[in-house]
Amino acid sequence: MDVLAVPAVIGIARQAQRRFDDSRVPLLGVMGAFVFAAQMINFPAGIGTSAHLLGGALLAFTLGAPAATVVMTAIIAIQALVFQDGGILVLGANILNMAVVGVWSGYLPFRFASAGRWRNAAIFSGGALSVLVSAICALAELRLSGVPAKALGVSAAVFLISAPLEGAITLAVVKALEAIQPGFVRRPEPGRRLHASLLAVGLTAIFLAAVGVLFSSAAPDGIEKLGLVSGIAERARTLVATPFAGYETSFLASSWMRKTSAGLAGLALIYGVCLAIGRVAAARKRSV
Amino acid sequence: MAPLIEVRDLRFRYEDGTAALNGVDFRLDAGEVVALLGANGSGKTTFVMHLNGLLGAERSESQGSIHVCGMPLNKSNLAAIRRKIGIVFQDSESQLFMPTVLEDVAFGPLNLGCSAAAAAERAQAELARVGMAGAAGRAPYHLSAGEKKRVAIAGILAMDPDILVLDEPTTFLDPPGQRSLADLLRALPQAKILVTHDTAFARSICTRAIFFQSGTIAANGSIGDVVDQFGWDFAPARSSPGH
Amino acid sequence: MHHVVLERWSRRSSPLHRSDPRAKIFVLLVFLIVLATTHRDLLVIACALGGLLMMGIVCSRLPLAGAVGRAAVVLPFSLAFAAVCWLAGDPARGVYLAVKSYLSALAVLLVVSTTPLPLLLRGLEALGAPRFLLMVAQFLYRYLFVISEEAQHMAKAAQSRGATAAGMVGQAARFRAAAGALAVLFARSYGRAGDIHRAMLARGFQGHFETVTALRFRRSDVALAIGGSLAPVALRLAVERLT
Repeated sequence: MDVLAVPAVIGIARQAQRRFDDSRVPLLGVMGAFVFAAQMINFPAGIGTSAHLLGGALLAFTLGAPAATVVMTAIIAIQALVFQDGGILVLGANILNMAVVGVWSGYLPFRFASAGRWRNAAIFSGGALSVLVSAICALAELRLSGVPAKALGVSAAVFLISAPLEGAITLAVVKALEAIQPGFVRRPEPGRRLHASLLAVGLTAIFLAAVGVLFSSAAPDGIEKLGLVSGIAERARTLVATPFAGYETSFLASSWMRKTSAGLAGLALIYGVCLAIGRVAAARKRSV
Repeated sequence: MAPLIEVRDLRFRYEDGTAALNGVDFRLDAGEVVALLGANGSGKTTFVMHLNGLLGAERSESQGSIHVCGMPLNKSNLAAIRRKIGIVFQDSESQLFMPTVLEDVAFGPLNLGCSAAAAAERAQAELARVGMAGAAGRAPYHLSAGEKKRVAIAGILAMDPDILVLDEPTTFLDPPGQRSLADLLRALPQAKILVTHDTAFARSICTRAIFFQSGTIAANGSIGDVVDQFGWDFAPARSSPGH
Repeated sequence: MHHVVLERWSRRSSPLHRSDPRAKIFVLLVFLIVLATTHRDLLVIACALGGLLMMGIVCSRLPLAGAVGRAAVVLPFSLAFAAVCWLAGDPARGVYLAVKSYLSALAVLLVVSTTPLPLLLRGLEALGAPRFLLMVAQFLYRYLFVISEEAQHMAKAAQSRGATAAGMVGQAARFRAAAGALAVLFARSYGRAGDIHRAMLARGFQGHFETVTALRFRRSDVALAIGGSLAPVALRLAVERLT
């Protein structure tokens, strides 16, 4: 999966170098520290469990999606290096899933519906999507690498709980933020139609491919295993919070060479999306 | 003798329209140590942030003129003026933003164009001057409040300024820390502006005091006179409890 | 706390501590690649690689039991997944996963415990990681503990003010209180970022960070890079040849 990490990081680096000078470094760094610290504040989530903010969508709404991608990448890297959550072997995958796909898919609803009566729904679904889509990508990657569908079914059920939780928490925090100071949550710039629609197409493609692969094999088993969910859900809530350390794609590294056709097609698609985003954004910048 | 700072009729409004400075005239000469006293929100910190262009250098909400070491404050002079005036902010944690003490103190010289080696040497010299030699490799997070304040001052001194501005420097310091800060400041030759609520501290090092009120200067004289005029001391109650 | 301990360890002295971070990162990368791509005879190779890591820990004068224990922080997650795999009928995959994630965590711990994080980031930059990203990570690390402390205070305050009503009403109130606390933390963090930026400008920041520490590759670093990267490869080849 580190093969994927290279285009992902290149994409991020290009975006960062283009839009930001070093003046934004303190803000992004400090808000990254905020996301870490936010783990300490617990939100009651029913039946004696609690959840906390994961932050990808909130960062996207307040700092913009490219900045949010950089911050999430830094968070994932620090988590792997400083806290040894075991995610070092899956660093590339985590960055792709959470910092790139997660952030941008969470940003999309907000981008299109940030004003007007759909605003709350947009914020909620942004939060939910940022978790859901990155989870589906991770599970799809695992499925591609040969992990049995039964194992994935359990995890999928867990994410179905975590996603709306993140949506609810994100919405609550945004509302509270606006009560303090309306300027924090920004208005997405209008007129970047081409960029956004390209993004939408790319993400939809990934989403459909991943979901298709996953549910074609996992659905009936997953529901069966729901009995295990309540036990594992508690443990796995923290699982979701840290980059998916349990989802070891070292299997992918060894076996994707065998499953070349399916694997490469998926990889090429994601790589292409990253490249395309980079090119279009560059063209936008030049024409502005 | 030309003044180090000369401010004429400085006016400033915030974006929401509230007036923060309503015509401030100010002058600082070499060797002076001036205390800025006044209630919270009276404009002291706003004024001080104008002196090195953090506020007012670009926006049209500011009027009036500021001259630092003979240079008018405008965009083209900002870099030069920021060499001349060093501000030590109230929160040292936000001022020491680099991972190690040495990198932080060297930040200023590096921005001024020094080579890495020269900047490191400069930083070590200033750390020694403030009594923090040997702290070069430490992380700012682990320093005590007093140590952080010293390192922050070293970072400013490394730019070789003519004027030091300190915003509420005694806020997090215990009495021994306050005393050693006073000793350090007395030993430094630069002219100083001290924004403070701590009148005892001000009395021990300041030559003059200015009282801010509603965005203007309401008094300008010796510390004792200004404090008495506005009752700005925490005087012990004349009657004891129970009477 | 975990990271505090690692940070203390990273400031000790040993041959590995003194090595250039680039060499250590390179060796780590080779090690991780060897580990990740092993699927035949994993358990035997894992033992060999584990032995290699323990030699490294001993050479670095780090507490062996402490380091081995700290890397186990990763185990709960991988063991949970391993359990799921076992229930799904593929126990081998689960075991392999747990072994690989533990060894990779131990390897990272060895590097992080012998290299202060800012130096590690500098090494990553020299090996091609994007500078902007590394600077963000540096600032993140610098303020990680500061803001976490603030969050802890707020969490306690929110708890003590928390609604005592039971059931849904209490839950909803606590939910809102938590959101409010997060919003305040957000606002304060944002404000702190503004303070930091002002402090940077006041010391002449021109839009680009300069570095003060220079990395120098010595002969011992070359030896480490070559020897350290050949060792895991040789071990794996040897095991695969012999079995």
